[in-house]
Amino acid sequence: MGSGLKTFESDVLVLGGGPAGTWAAYTAASQGVKVVLADKGYCGSSGATAASGTNLWHVRSEPARREASIRRFLSRGNGLANRRWLEILYDHTKMGTEQLIELGYPFPLDEHGRPISRNLQGPEYMRLMRKTVRKAGVVILDHSPALKLITGERGVSGAAGVNLETGEEWSVHAKAVIIATGGCAFLSRALGCNVLTGDGYLMAAEAGAVLSGMEFSNIYGFSTEFSSCTKNFLYHWATFYREDNSVITNTDKRALAIEMQRAPVYARIDKASDAIQVAMRRSQPNFFLSFDRLGKDPFRERFPITLRLEGTVRGTGGINLVDDTCATNVPGLYAAGDAATREFVAGATTGGGHINASWAICSGRISGSAAADYALGTEAAAMRTQLHFRFTERHSAGKPARSMDMPSIVKSIQEEVIPYDKNLFRTETSMRASLARLNDLWKTIRLNEHDPNDVRALVRSREAASMIATARWMYTSALERKESRGMHQHDDYPAQDNGALYRVLISGVDSIRTQREPQSGGPDRS
Amino acid sequence: MIKYLSEDRCIQCNLCVKVCPTSVFDKVADHFPTISRQEDCQTCFLCEAYCPVDALYVSPMLDNTNEPLTVTPEESAMLGSYRQAIGWGKGRSSTASLDMTHILRDLVEDDAGPRS
Repeated sequence: MGSGLKTFESDVLVLGGGPAGTWAAYTAASQGVKVVLADKGYCGSSGATAASGTNLWHVRSEPARREASIRRFLSRGNGLANRRWLEILYDHTKMGTEQLIELGYPFPLDEHGRPISRNLQGPEYMRLMRKTVRKAGVVILDHSPALKLITGERGVSGAAGVNLETGEEWSVHAKAVIIATGGCAFLSRALGCNVLTGDGYLMAAEAGAVLSGMEFSNIYGFSTEFSSCTKNFLYHWATFYREDNSVITNTDKRALAIEMQRAPVYARIDKASDAIQVAMRRSQPNFFLSFDRLGKDPFRERFPITLRLEGTVRGTGGINLVDDTCATNVPGLYAAGDAATREFVAGATTGGGHINASWAICSGRISGSAAADYALGTEAAAMRTQLHFRFTERHSAGKPARSMDMPSIVKSIQEEVIPYDKNLFRTETSMRASLARLNDLWKTIRLNEHDPNDVRALVRSREAASMIATARWMYTSALERKESRGMHQHDDYPAQDNGALYRVLISGVDSIRTQREPQSGGPDRS
Repeated sequence: MIKYLSEDRCIQCNLCVKVCPTSVFDKVADHFPTISRQEDCQTCFLCEAYCPVDALYVSPMLDNTNEPLTVTPEESAMLGSYRQAIGWGKGRSSTASLDMTHILRDLVEDDAGPRS
């Protein structure tokens, strides 16, 4: 990294330019503060949403419907969701979709000409969000992964990273930082998820942030075996087959995983009427693109499927929030979207589908507003303690460069987190064994050195470290939760322990600490 | 994964270099961009969506790094098919307004949300 160093000053720095990051940046900028947004890829195409699309919570104005819907999600939240957060989520989803209509998102219209704001097409949505953020005056840094938070006496005061295009380092000095870097899908090739390697979790934890719900990080999504198309929704209309064409009647994901461990499993979308087929094609164009390009007809021909790990992208674990401003325990640091825990709204069940998409809007709006307020109340002078922070300083140990083979490190990580018999079917013995290997990998990656001029190698190494850290928090939290709840199915403790309701908080990078936070009530507590 | 960049069609606008979330392409001065890191392609088709001249072809296959960086006549006929499907490009309008997901959702949800 011999080349330059670019420094920026802002009130709010947003890391991540997906839905949560763009909502946060837009909201903060609308309050009149200076905002910089740094994305690892390109704000507008990065992340799980841009590549596909998302459903939003179906929100209506009638109070009775709001109440019924909140009750439904409370009952799905495994005792961990809470009413207050669900009310906030509902109301922000409503305000956010109204804003999207004003911003010009082309929602389909009902028979009265009113927009039906229940689903967002990814490319369109994220193109609009980029445009909106730019118009609001936000400075966007594309291809600019953050590598470390800058911390001062009063908490977080910015972040530093590299620009993959120019090879330059950058640092942004800010009064508040919002982490919206998404979840971690362990490079499992789930659609749009290759940039989602848990980078924000590691940066936050290094700055002292606590994470929560990391045991709820083992969601697997249906995918065509040959492609990255992880779309679960259309499988409602599928029949699942074995090699010999016999029908698999138990379509529970765990049952299907057992089948897949033995032999290939196939699906055919053969329960869809002609009208439904038309609706599907209009709703999920890139699902059909893959089939059309291969000359296959998913309505008539069976195709091999797999279950791809989507980690915390569809799981619910993430950086813990200490209040309803999306603040973390570190002063000046906020978390939004999949980078934050979604236990408060989705419990131990998947946050995938409408909850996560609504949560991105909600937590983006809340954190953006709170970070702007925080910045306005903070004096700039105190923030300049490390104005000349440079990432290279970390590598001045003088040891000989020991550059590692990243693909093989990534493969070693994946071998611990992707196999169904390790992560979907969890046992004490297997998790302890995985954790021991992951701890060794962590020690290895900490010694990694690389050519200082190769920013890509630096970023790859950081991604690997983030995935290892995420996996270690995942199994450590899962070992702490000695019961089964939601997606966390612990085969040594197959029952849900209704006598003890708690969240598992976790912190630390080299040495990891967990703590149970008792939760007070059942699904209907208010 | 990305497997083709049409040198005939490419106008060297370098939008693909800019929008690719995993930095698969490299800009080359006075030249069309190169597919420098094909193995990093996540098959999200977004480069195709942004390419103004339909010069790119992304294969839906994940493991095609050993295939030649060219297209068959059938594949060539599908250049730009994703951009067309989402209604991007001059003279088109976004097909987001034709989205029928809500109709599908009504078949698996009731008034309060997903049925348990």
